[in-house]
Amino acid sequence: MLLYTLRRILYAVPIALAVSLVCFMLVHIAPGDPIDAILPPDASAETVALVRKDYGLDKPLPVQFGLWLAHVVQGDFGRSIANRRLVADELVSAASKTFILATTAASLGFVIGCILGGLAGAFRGTLIDRAAVSFAVGGVSVPHYWLGMVLVIIFSVTLGWLPSMSAGPGDWAWDWLHIRHLILPAITLSVIPAGLVTRTVRGVVVEILSQDFMTTLRGKGLRRLMLTVHVMKNAAPTALAVMGLQLGYLMGGSILVETVFAWPGTGMMLNQAIFQRDIPVLQGTTLVLAMIFVALNLLVDLIQTALDPRMRRT
Amino acid sequence: MRDDLLVLARDLRVKFTTGVNAVNGVDFDLRQREVLCILGESGSGKSVTLRALMRLNPPTKTIMSGTLELGGRDVVQASENEMSDLRGPFVSMIFQEPMTALDPVFTIGRQITETILRHENISRRKARRRALELLELVQIPSAKRRLDAYPHELSGGLRQRAMIAIALSCRPKLLLADEPTTALDASVQIQILLLLREIQQELGMGMIFVTHDLGVAGEVADRIAVMYAGRFIEEGPVADLMRQPLHPYAKGLLGATVHEGSRGKRLTTIPGAPPDLRDLPGGCAFAPRCTEAEGACLAHLPELRTPVPDRAARCIHVDDRPAAFGERLAS
Repeated sequence: MLLYTLRRILYAVPIALAVSLVCFMLVHIAPGDPIDAILPPDASAETVALVRKDYGLDKPLPVQFGLWLAHVVQGDFGRSIANRRLVADELVSAASKTFILATTAASLGFVIGCILGGLAGAFRGTLIDRAAVSFAVGGVSVPHYWLGMVLVIIFSVTLGWLPSMSAGPGDWAWDWLHIRHLILPAITLSVIPAGLVTRTVRGVVVEILSQDFMTTLRGKGLRRLMLTVHVMKNAAPTALAVMGLQLGYLMGGSILVETVFAWPGTGMMLNQAIFQRDIPVLQGTTLVLAMIFVALNLLVDLIQTALDPRMRRT
Repeated sequence: MRDDLLVLARDLRVKFTTGVNAVNGVDFDLRQREVLCILGESGSGKSVTLRALMRLNPPTKTIMSGTLELGGRDVVQASENEMSDLRGPFVSMIFQEPMTALDPVFTIGRQITETILRHENISRRKARRRALELLELVQIPSAKRRLDAYPHELSGGLRQRAMIAIALSCRPKLLLADEPTTALDASVQIQILLLLREIQQELGMGMIFVTHDLGVAGEVADRIAVMYAGRFIEEGPVADLMRQPLHPYAKGLLGATVHEGSRGKRLTTIPGAPPDLRDLPGGCAFAPRCTEAEGACLAHLPELRTPVPDRAARCIHVDDRPAAFGERLAS
């Protein structure tokens, strides 16, 4: 198991390298010159050349990549072109906010999905099943920026129960003052994973219940609770795999929802960086998000292997 | 009722909501230490009969009727809780395919101890010790190590031994075996059969064994019941039935199998196919395939006839006067 873990971590290194190359290249392949965003349109040719040299943008691309990578490895993502602040500092603050939102939404979605999916699978073909499946389809299909706005209209504008903007005053803390800011975006973001997990868990539970070993377990006189434990342990690897991937998407994919709720996370940061052509921010954020995704995948694989003895052989 | 009676079945019927009449009136008794073999081809209802004894057929899709008692307790009417109390300490089952019948993500040891802990009020440590004894009883080599093994880490034969150990974990009075050797290599088959018979005698269990293999039946059974279209069409002591089957279907089965009496003879086949269990003919279900069939066969379902004590067959050609039976034997 230890050997397997080490090998899996080793495999992640080339993936990380490839990801960073893609992150670096993407920004340069995209049309538009970052200098245009910094300098006024009527800047002289010398100024442009000077600034270009200043940011290292005059060197050949491979050299730029090498320099950038060398800095990144040391945790130096450079300074934002737009506001001259350290990208690393900005990233830490934004990523932690996104992490809070993403894990809350993912946990919420996971719990709802497991309960609904488990019930739907156990009572297949009944009204419970149909209700859960309808919820799942609805959850996956509804555009979440739209859902976010609807929630704002209902709970912030009409009822005035919850705030609609920002992550609360000052630094984050787990108190009601801050949590009330978290509720609406977390619910909005949890709908897609909840739907996906519902569908997955339902399918897995239906399959497990039809397996021969369930008859064996019933034949041993096990009670319903013990049977449920068996079903859960068999379903866990699949459910966790789906959840891990969803958490990855949530870490990077909440641009729209973070913008709707003005949640100061990586999504909002990316959104601004794109419009300002803020290359260091863009590269840094994309890279960090991609790395989180790679790390989450690795983690899911390891947990799955720990849960399912059949996967330990390779 | 005698208290060594393990199973009492009278006109037991199992119907599925899909319209399939899997078991259509089965009568039999099983006493302690007795081994009954239910013989039949695929779809004859033998596995369903076996599962019905533990009420393990899918609960929402099965309709059971008739009388079925396990050790005097009514299985047809019992609540699910009462049934689950019986499963394990009174009756347990060995399944055909040990790969799919064992939970892949629990160790063998855990699958044994959870059964013990469910039914008996003993400590985890004691349960584990019993699990180890059970693995030794079913002759699994290096049993201690296998306790922590997962099913996929064992060979087919060992897996089936582990399955037997699980079935024996609460010392049942009645052991049911659903083709326990069919999925195994021929050389492993005989080992498992011998092991089962040995353990059955050692623990004094009653056993019902379902198979489509006459050789297997001859190896383990005291009595054989031949099943066709959800009914026992013949029942009797193993030696008598194999030497001189009464029912044309049983004759056909023996004629189609290699066994001791068939040396030098050509193997024969039974023409036709088993009937559709959704829409059974009114009379003898075997009549359409039977070479001896006549009009009367299709008119009514033949009664079970008893030509000699202890033997019975559901065929109008069987003479139930003992004298006539003796004449036929002589001729």
